[in-house]
Amino acid sequence: MPDGGTGIGAAVKRVEDKRFLTGRGTYTDDINRPGQTYAYILRSPQAHAKIDRIDTSAAASAPGVLAVFTGADMQVGSLPCGWQVHSKDGSPMHEPPHPPLAQGKVRCVGDQVAVVIAETYAQAKDAAEKIVVDYTPLPAVVDMNKALAGGTLVHDEIGTNLCYDWEIGDEGQIDEAFAKAAHVTKIDIVNNRLIPNAMEPRAAVGEYDRATGEYTLYTTSQNPHVIRLLMGAFVLSIPEHKLRVVAPDVGGGFGSKIYHYAEEAIVTWASSRVGRPIKWTAERSESFMSDAHGRDHITHAQLAMDSEGKFLALKVETKANMGAYLSTFASCVPTYLYATLLAGVYTTPLIYCNVKAIFTNTVPVDAYRGAGRPEATYLIERLVDRAAREIGLSQVEIRRRNFIPADAFPYQTPVALQYDSGNYTATLDAALKAADADGFAARKAASEAKGKRRGLGFSTYLEACGIAPSAVVGSLGARAGLYESAEVRVHPTGSVTVFTGAHSHGQGHETTFAQLVSEKLGLPMDNIEISHGDTNKVQFGMGTYGSRSLAVGGEAIVKALDKIIAKAKKIAAHVMEASEADIEFKDGNFTVAGTDKSMAFGEVALTAYVPHNFPHQELEPGLDEKAFYDPLNFTFPGGCHIAEVEVDPDTGVVKVERMTAVDDVGRVINPMIVAGQIHGGLAQGIGQALLEGCVYNEDGQLVTGSYMDYTMPRADNLPSFSVGTESTLCAHNSLGVKGCGEVGAIGSPPAVINAVVDALWDLGVRDMPMPANPQTVWKTIQSARPAAAAE
Amino acid sequence: MYAFDYHKPSSVADAVSALKGADDGKFVAGGQTLIPTLKQRLAQPSDLIDLGGIAELNGIAVSGDTVTVGAMTRHAAVAGSADVAGAIPALAALAGGIGDPQVRNRGTIGGSIANNDPAADYPAACLGLGATIKTSAREVSADDFFTGLFETDLAEDEIIVSVSFPKAEKAAYVKFDNPASRYALVGVFVAKTAGGVRVAVTGAGQDGVFRVPEMEQALAANWSPDAVAGIAVDPGTLNSDIHASAEYRSHLITVMAKRAVAAAG
Repeated sequence: MPDGGTGIGAAVKRVEDKRFLTGRGTYTDDINRPGQTYAYILRSPQAHAKIDRIDTSAAASAPGVLAVFTGADMQVGSLPCGWQVHSKDGSPMHEPPHPPLAQGKVRCVGDQVAVVIAETYAQAKDAAEKIVVDYTPLPAVVDMNKALAGGTLVHDEIGTNLCYDWEIGDEGQIDEAFAKAAHVTKIDIVNNRLIPNAMEPRAAVGEYDRATGEYTLYTTSQNPHVIRLLMGAFVLSIPEHKLRVVAPDVGGGFGSKIYHYAEEAIVTWASSRVGRPIKWTAERSESFMSDAHGRDHITHAQLAMDSEGKFLALKVETKANMGAYLSTFASCVPTYLYATLLAGVYTTPLIYCNVKAIFTNTVPVDAYRGAGRPEATYLIERLVDRAAREIGLSQVEIRRRNFIPADAFPYQTPVALQYDSGNYTATLDAALKAADADGFAARKAASEAKGKRRGLGFSTYLEACGIAPSAVVGSLGARAGLYESAEVRVHPTGSVTVFTGAHSHGQGHETTFAQLVSEKLGLPMDNIEISHGDTNKVQFGMGTYGSRSLAVGGEAIVKALDKIIAKAKKIAAHVMEASEADIEFKDGNFTVAGTDKSMAFGEVALTAYVPHNFPHQELEPGLDEKAFYDPLNFTFPGGCHIAEVEVDPDTGVVKVERMTAVDDVGRVINPMIVAGQIHGGLAQGIGQALLEGCVYNEDGQLVTGSYMDYTMPRADNLPSFSVGTESTLCAHNSLGVKGCGEVGAIGSPPAVINAVVDALWDLGVRDMPMPANPQTVWKTIQSARPAAAAE
Repeated sequence: MYAFDYHKPSSVADAVSALKGADDGKFVAGGQTLIPTLKQRLAQPSDLIDLGGIAELNGIAVSGDTVTVGAMTRHAAVAGSADVAGAIPALAALAGGIGDPQVRNRGTIGGSIANNDPAADYPAACLGLGATIKTSAREVSADDFFTGLFETDLAEDEIIVSVSFPKAEKAAYVKFDNPASRYALVGVFVAKTAGGVRVAVTGAGQDGVFRVPEMEQALAANWSPDAVAGIAVDPGTLNSDIHASAEYRSHLITVMAKRAVAAAG
């Protein structure tokens, strides 16, 4: 490791932060193309309505307006869904059309109805007010149970609101296990709908070059190549060699910028009609009603146990809201990213899960930080908590009794996944110590002396990330492979540019990936540049989501680096007139074993590009290597989160006093970045548990459509976190890395809610919905009091 | 935001005449409500008359038993004023708890009470202390000034000049924040002044800020948290929204009143 520490394990300061913190990032809205115009998208104020007529004539003649388009003008392909799920009867899921501009009907508030292109944004917005849309309002269906009952159909042509009815496991076998159980614990869970709220709203700039017939889309995306594929092939019929997609600096994604959105297709398509570049940038209120939302599950679950508290079987029935249309990866979130996680860290031998995915007149729902895994974790950890109380075991003991033992890996779960490594006792023990669980009783007494209630809540969780082995996901219906690619280009003077298909939108890849290069090639950070986000620069990429960037993208870089070293050894052997087998590479120097002959990396690089005496039949000039890496398995980070809360029973206010997270994320490349990722995840997890909740009224109007009503977590809602890692290495990748981007958001919500329930248990509280905001907590206490008195 | 004509007069008289000369003019003080409203295209005034250039509207004066705050005085100035903190600490504390630093550096007392947002803090101080509002035309008591949700006794072309607060023997303001907006879900101002005991509630009432006579009588007889512990405001008169039902607001009024009395000492 050169420079006293820029390799694996060093807490290198993030190289990208200088430009971000000094306001010099280049985000999509910062990009201005010559002759650029502006788009305003007219959205539906109706949750469900037939469009009888759209009169755009007054708008078209308004000042500065270049064009107005509606669905009648934009007859293109449907925004596609990337994962086909089959119902238990073998039939494929329903995939109703998802047009970029509404075709005769709107299905949620925010649905795109028309687009105005004008010289300025204000002119486009002014003109949009002159568009007359005659709607015939239809009843809206918001509630999943009502949607299942039929009546109002979101998509008439499919004759049902049920997208699919999927299952995993053997229901008959499970029922037998339940019949023999000593105890069965049941729970009803709502996993609250969230609105992602990335700091940077979505934006897109479309440009068409008449001379070459090439299109360019600048967009706020986590995966520009995927957008190129989806938009080019499925929506606009633009071949890949004529379509460039650039995702420059992106200010947060959390999943919401994975998907191919209508606005990207609209500005790209319209740019060729108008003949000028077109920019669209979401206003914050548009983000609320057009970014894909997250979570939104209703679940009933039952856990069968023997007389010792060992789990025998788990049966889960979940309803998952898809919203009005199938977003890009919506279908896989409540199935393959959810039900396959239901074993958690436990040896539960039998698991059955049925998932009904349901269309409603709401914004589409898709992956949001954790995507299916937070829903699974919340369910399991709430259920385990309740089971412990019902059978009289401590929260810690019931978990210890059911943990997959550290010597049981590889461990095959009953729900398809095979865990490669982990040590759940170790993370639990470390967390108990860090949380000072032994001192809890004294702190609880101190709280009670002030009229407050204090609770301790646990979550011992696991997630599957490093998404994903193409063969596995392909067999489950994914319409894509989930490998990653990298190119390492060594320049003649020995500096290096790495092109990665992963995309950084806050994760610090420019630092972490450079550390891999620094470690492998012995170069200082200043000599390394990480390039991403441009389909014309990067050969291919599947992008960043599912905590995959290091475990998949990083491995691709390592694979390309290994090729570089192998080629460089050939060059060094030629120059130093030695056998290739005798060349050793260490700390940036090539040496011939047993001699004092040596060449620095930079000398080899220069020779590669000045190959005056190369035997060209055997040795090509240049030092530039590419690699694709397809992972052998998912990775399985896990750990223990412990929340300690104090509740004011007079007001219902919950204060998180301590939040302890000890996570197994595999090998840590940069501990500071890992801590930062976990801090952010914890903030979002606590946000879901206590603050955030999307509310629609019965008519399908979005009540929480701004920060006046949607509660984002703020610094003063959060304690100072205690985070640590207690790692086992991933057994199937060379770095031993697992992933850290989502663990905070996955592990923490049940810990927080379990802590609130613990705090209020003596008041008769047995359950607590999310978000446990003051009103909800107060009402729950009020309704529990009579029950408590009766006990 | 729609286009409008902008005026920045330097006297109250000029401001009033600018408004009279406009088709559909609007005064702007700190703009903390009006500017977001304009940005969302929810209002379309023909003219905006900025009161920020009128020196006589700005400043704090303590004289005898009265604290007078100019209408254009920013919340941060009131919060940071040693004079206010010395005379009516509860008023300085209230101003220091409005919004966030950005809001406090722009927002003004005159703008706040003229807007009479049902969740604003200052109306509770005005009503709770029994303030007198001086306008370009007259003086009016807080009891007569606040007339309903976003409604006041001000005429279209009438400008608030200052607000005078009597010093209090005891006073405190305790609020319960809306978790999302951080406006007052319930805010209770209690005060014991030469004029008697007052309890004013903001954030909760269907008609905006209001007094609670039952609590005032109880506290006049016995200034202690226990005196108000059993008094609840009828939920039928209170707001209900996703953050708080009328029943929860009613409960919070009692809790906040108790805490305010305790804080007032």
